[in-house]
Amino acid sequence: MNNSAKNDYPPGLIRADDLEHLLKALGAGGFRIQAPVIRDQSIVIDEIKSAGELPAGWTDEQNRGHYRIKRRSDNAYFGYVVGPYSWKKFLFPPSTAILEAKRTGNGFQVSAAAETVSPTAFFGIRPCDLRALQILDRVLIGSEYRDPIYQKRREQILIVAVNCTEPGGNCFCTSMESGPGAAEGYDIVLTEMIDAGQHNFLAQAGTERGNLILQQVPSEKATSDALKSAAEAVQMAARKISKKIDTADIKEMLYANAEHPRWEDVAKQCLSCANCTLVCPTCFCANIDDYTDLTGETATRVRRWDSCFTLDHSYIHGGSIRSSVRARYRQWLTHKLAAWHDQFGSSGCVGCGRCITWCPSGIDITEEVAAIRSGTVKAKAI
Amino acid sequence: MATTLEKIKEGLDRSQPWMPNLFRVERIRKETYDTFTFDLETSDGAGCAFQPGQFNMLYIYGVGEVPISISGDPKNSRTLVHTIRAVGTVTKNMRQLKRGDLVGVRGPFGRPWPVEDAKGHDVIIVAGGIGLAPLRPVIYHLLAHREQYGKIILHYGARTPDDILFRQELETWRARFDFDVQVTVDRSTGSWQGNVGVVTLLIPKATFDPLQTIAMVCGPEIMMRFTVLELLKRDLTEENIFLSGERNMKCGIGHCGHCQFGHLFVCNDGPVFRYSDTADLFKKREI
Ligand SMILES: Cc1cc2nc3c(=O)[nH]c(=O)nc-3n(C[C@H](O)[C@H](O)[C@H](O)COP(=O)(O)OP(=O)(O)OC[C@H]3O[C@@H](n4cnc5c(N)ncnc54)[C@H](O)[C@@H]3O)c2cc1C
Ligand code: SF4
Ligand code: SF4
Ligand code: FES
Repeated sequence: MNNSAKNDYPPGLIRADDLEHLLKALGAGGFRIQAPVIRDQSIVIDEIKSAGELPAGWTDEQNRGHYRIKRRSDNAYFGYVVGPYSWKKFLFPPSTAILEAKRTGNGFQVSAAAETVSPTAFFGIRPCDLRALQILDRVLIGSEYRDPIYQKRREQILIVAVNCTEPGGNCFCTSMESGPGAAEGYDIVLTEMIDAGQHNFLAQAGTERGNLILQQVPSEKATSDALKSAAEAVQMAARKISKKIDTADIKEMLYANAEHPRWEDVAKQCLSCANCTLVCPTCFCANIDDYTDLTGETATRVRRWDSCFTLDHSYIHGGSIRSSVRARYRQWLTHKLAAWHDQFGSSGCVGCGRCITWCPSGIDITEEVAAIRSGTVKAKAI
Repeated sequence: MATTLEKIKEGLDRSQPWMPNLFRVERIRKETYDTFTFDLETSDGAGCAFQPGQFNMLYIYGVGEVPISISGDPKNSRTLVHTIRAVGTVTKNMRQLKRGDLVGVRGPFGRPWPVEDAKGHDVIIVAGGIGLAPLRPVIYHLLAHREQYGKIILHYGARTPDDILFRQELETWRARFDFDVQVTVDRSTGSWQGNVGVVTLLIPKATFDPLQTIAMVCGPEIMMRFTVLELLKRDLTEENIFLSGERNMKCGIGHCGHCQFGHLFVCNDGPVFRYSDTADLFKKREI
């Protein structure tokens, strides 16, 4: 991993028509390219070979419990924000074998599940999602025990980030200090600029390998005007963000409000469906399931994403610890915004807004925090 | 898989934390109708060093993996001893294991009981049910270093006389003049002549120096809650009370998220907690 961003690489201006050359350079460098694409009426992440596969000219409309893609008036390559999938699926797959056991005589042998991973470019990752990767790094490879599956994949990733110039309806990265501009952790960062018939990308390398890739792409030296308008575009995006979480003393505030009546209120809306944890780019809870083949000669241990919204998550003999939806919603929100600080030294939320968009009940984490903080909402008498 | 001597002594390879070390079942003892103890050893005799209160994730081929405390003598690192109550899928399968069968072992994990801090103190151990198993290594340790501790008291509660674990050992310990052992059952059956009632009823009668006493408590959460109340009534300080937490566990290494207890991971930050650090959490329901 090469995360130390050095901003002394000269920024360049790439014409939108030349974006293809960046993809070619990545391909020539041996990278498979994962990027935003349109599938089934949403913008997801999948492998692409050329810039033509990007959702150019599309945007996404996001609101509480609402997502829709629609045409833009321009041909922007990155005129949308984040979709239902996050990049965590590549590093921490939804389902993956962690161990294989084989019968031998009267015993068995174990081996790490064999897998090959190839160098991959995360093309078009947003600043909030990039921060989410850094958070997952701390969880899965940042302490005493290191997850070999994550580590092996992470080492193969090259990051081409894209700064946000147009936020979505549920974004609140400004509150979580994760966007709309990427501060660090990228090999290359792009800012898309469409102005007076000109369509360009400001390209900045953050690492030497990013710099070597950029050198293969036709570009001109970025003028100070170009630098200024790129910075302004990102600042403008920050100003357009309306959702926010007041993070002052948020840990203490939430710990002190474990018995707030609002938890009861939100539990009445919450379907406990686990959508929010599955779309979240930082949720890491997992289960391990055991399988044997028909002959019983091999047994596999498979790790699968889990969610604190399931009853099994907290099951111990005799019953689940968090048997009420109230307790499970409280676990989710308190873990993300409070306990995470104690556990991993940062918030577990990057403000991507996915949990708001993909909640079938339209529950909004920012609104729940505000209600708990204000303390004005009383439990309704039943 | 070749498991070298060094590797096992250190426990898990930190960069391959999903990979168990393989141990062979050497001996099996039936403790009660639903609880048994097995001794595990490696083929090279290297075994595994541990501290009282630590646990292992035990894997049964094709069935699953569960957290089980080590119940043996910490002096004997050659043999891993586990005492298991068969309650569900994995533990019932464990009961079917025979001498010579293999068990995958990941660990040891977790923070131990404070046997070092307890030096020079009176020690009261309060155990409920299977909770005696993770405390047995403490008892071995205290008795092996008897001169370093003041009074040693064990209060053990089981549901019925048939549920009492380690009966013979309890008799031997009770016969010692330097170890105050009290056993009680919730419900008397058969020829039981001893105490009847919940384990917390024993605490008011015990003699110890409250300001110089360390308490170690393990059992069902409700039993621990009432035990703490009784101990506080006896003027023990919150700092001197230690409890063992129990949560669902799928990894033991802080990665699966299941064992969270407020901001703590029971697998890494526990299972043994100082009550004064966790009193807020123990008081909250469904945390
Ligand atoms: C730190 C720690 C130490 C333990 N030490 C012992 C011990 O020394 N002896 C002993 O008999 N038991 C001990 N337990 C409890 C033991 O882990 C459970 O009885 C066991 O997981 C039940 O699994 P099962 O598949 O047989 O039961 P099922 O009811 O079929 O369980 C299904 C799943 O739920 C989870 N689960 C169920 N009950 C528990 C539980 N009580 N604690 C944690 N997860 C649970 C497990 O993941 C299990 O795979 C300990 C638990 C913890 C957390
Ligand atoms: S909690 Fe919601 S807004 Fe925060 S990172 Fe997760 S999905 Fe995004
Ligand atoms: S406990 Fe819940 S909120 Fe926390 S990581 Fe797990 S699934 Fe996400
Ligand atoms: S057991 Fe998985 S995080 Fe503690």
